[in-house]
Amino acid sequence: MNIKSMAAFAAEGSSPEILFWVGCAGSFDQRAQRVTKAFASILEKVGLSFAILGKEEMCTGDPARRSGNEFLFQMMAYNNIQTMNAYNIKRIVTTCPHCFNVLKNEYPALGGNYEVVHHTTLIQELINDGRIQLKEGGSFKGKRITYHDSCYLGRANNVYEAPRAVLEALDVELVEMKRCRTNGLCCGAGGAQMFKEDEPGTTRINFERSEEALATGASIIASNCPFCTTMLSDGVKKFEQEDNVQIMDIAELVAASLK
Amino acid sequence: MVLVQQVLFLLVSIFAIALFARKISNIRKAIFLGKKESINDRKADRWKQVLFLALGQKKMFKKPIPAILHAFVYVGFILINIEVVEILVDGLFGTERAFKPYLGGLYTVALSFFEILAALVLVGVIAFWIRRNILKLKRFTSPELQGAPLQDANLILYIEIVLMSMLLLMNAADPEANFLISKHLKPLFSNWSESTTHLFMRITWWGHILGIFAFLNYLPYSKHLHIIMAFPNAYYSRLDPQGTVANMPEIQQEVLYMMEPATAPATTDAAPMSFGAKDVTDLSWKHLLDAFSCTECGRCTEQCPANITGKKLSPRKIMMDTRDRAEAVCAQMDKQGNIVPDGKSLLHDYISVEELRACTTCNACVEACPVGIEPLSIIMQLRRNLIMEESNAPQEWNMMFGNIENNMAPWKLSPDDRDAWTQS
Ligand code: HEM
Ligand code: SF4
Ligand code: SF4
Repeated sequence: MNIKSMAAFAAEGSSPEILFWVGCAGSFDQRAQRVTKAFASILEKVGLSFAILGKEEMCTGDPARRSGNEFLFQMMAYNNIQTMNAYNIKRIVTTCPHCFNVLKNEYPALGGNYEVVHHTTLIQELINDGRIQLKEGGSFKGKRITYHDSCYLGRANNVYEAPRAVLEALDVELVEMKRCRTNGLCCGAGGAQMFKEDEPGTTRINFERSEEALATGASIIASNCPFCTTMLSDGVKKFEQEDNVQIMDIAELVAASLK
Repeated sequence: MVLVQQVLFLLVSIFAIALFARKISNIRKAIFLGKKESINDRKADRWKQVLFLALGQKKMFKKPIPAILHAFVYVGFILINIEVVEILVDGLFGTERAFKPYLGGLYTVALSFFEILAALVLVGVIAFWIRRNILKLKRFTSPELQGAPLQDANLILYIEIVLMSMLLLMNAADPEANFLISKHLKPLFSNWSESTTHLFMRITWWGHILGIFAFLNYLPYSKHLHIIMAFPNAYYSRLDPQGTVANMPEIQQEVLYMMEPATAPATTDAAPMSFGAKDVTDLSWKHLLDAFSCTECGRCTEQCPANITGKKLSPRKIMMDTRDRAEAVCAQMDKQGNIVPDGKSLLHDYISVEELRACTTCNACVEACPVGIEPLSIIMQLRRNLIMEESNAPQEWNMMFGNIENNMAPWKLSPDDRDAWTQS
């Protein structure tokens, strides 16, 4: 893929329409990289000019802040805001709801003011505007799909409908889990839990959630967050359903259905 | 005889109200053990919260059955209080049914309406009792609800049953009255003499008003304080998106001085500060207002992914512990004049590290709370203290911190590979 960096744009004296904030998972995690590429391919196809920060991007500091390490969070935030302000960034899209939340809600108090959208919202807007053209009778038409609300897109930021609207545009059969939207159950990764073992309990949170998702009988669990994707994949494996049920990001579903 | 009763009533009223006022000022003091925080922006939005969350019971209706039962009690309580005004007037001026002459036929309609409300309150309260003691709903049987909290919940229900029964019996015993519900109770008194029924009426009248005063003075010791606190708590509740964690400007400053030494003041005379919260005095007053507003309903805990999967964390317990600790510190302060360390703190002695560690910051508890309480915000403050004051983190988190610091990502991977995906 030929993905341009902010530095490359700056060297040409131009700037892209939007910054694609890839995030640590999207950059390094092999599963999440597939989502990153799927989303980049959508942007390319649509002809929306975008750039990444590349090596200049750093962790937003989300896991540091939420585990209680405010110093580390503030250091990461300082560096990222310096970088982005130097490029005069106006608009950001990101495929990670944790990054989305920090960039949108927490950087403004530290001097980083940007218009931030989550990729599912941007995709929905592009579909609405007719810029994303979907195949007639696409690969997911009529497929039973359930959608997992991530905490940081849902409750934290009240984005519930855009991802569902995208699924509707794909003509899938959307089946809701019992705990959905504001009542959605966490996948277990947030609050820096991704980076440590669970406390002793009766089961793991991702097992509990995966069980609920599997009970819908869906063949695809649609997600919007790299961490949820990992957690749910592990959960589905635990119930030995990995051959029957796939976890796919909204971006992947759309990328596979482009005209 | 009437005069004696009037004087007695006046004395009892003054005593009951003074006692209540003293306890409320004590609770005020307990809440302001917390740190100052100015929450007074966007007034129109705040009044909207009062209107929808508290008055309108918006989030209660996520669970229709308890919401309807509660609405019976809630509406009944507020409207029946209009009748209490008459009771107070009667008590003070030695009258009986002081408003009756002014309302004429409407009086019977009004009192019949109040009786319907009273009957609905009875239905609601009895149903609540059954849910708690016979059906033993999961929400009401968690470990943190054993003992005193259960007794508290039941006591309130018993007081309400007695109050409402007194009201209905009083009206039934009154030969002059003929109200919608109590008239069906009249046969109870059919062969009583006029003087006995009158005496009984006076006894129920006194029982009702004394019950109200007892209730008033029990409130501040109970989770039932929510009937007052829910309103200010809704006013001061969060308006920002739930995902936003409170900033720490003092650390922001420090990081700025570190990165741009030129901006740092030459001398630092700042007093040493501590980060996050170890005890209730380190929390904000809003956290403590939250604690005193909690109804102990457990809607938060019921939604908590950590609790659902058997971890020790229960957001309701976080709120109950915070209130218990604030009350303990306040009681000690009353005794000794100022805060003397008692060797205990909210962190560790009330809330354990294991509980705090289990939180996924998912906001389910905040979303679930009908009163606008934020258990997560207290959890965050305690976590900050653990990490920044005690360096108390699991090994895996320390590795994650190290990776973020050195590799700009939470994993041990080279920052040079951050854009490697573009090449594959
Ligand atoms: C002002 C009059 C009010 C009265 C008389 C009242 C009365 C009661 C009673 C008797 C209970 C006990 C139920 C039980 O035992 O489970 C209760 C519980 C509760 N109240 Fe109120 N309340 C009032 C106002 C409010 C307000 C303004 C709110 C805010 C939304 C509120 C929220 C709650 C909640 C969440 C519970 C727990 C219910 C449950 O477990 O499902 N109350 N209230
Ligand atoms: S934010 Fe923490 S305490 Fe609240 S529901 Fe989620 S895991 Fe439980
Ligand atoms: S914090 Fe809110 S939801 Fe939780 S027990 Fe208290 S009142 Fe109920």
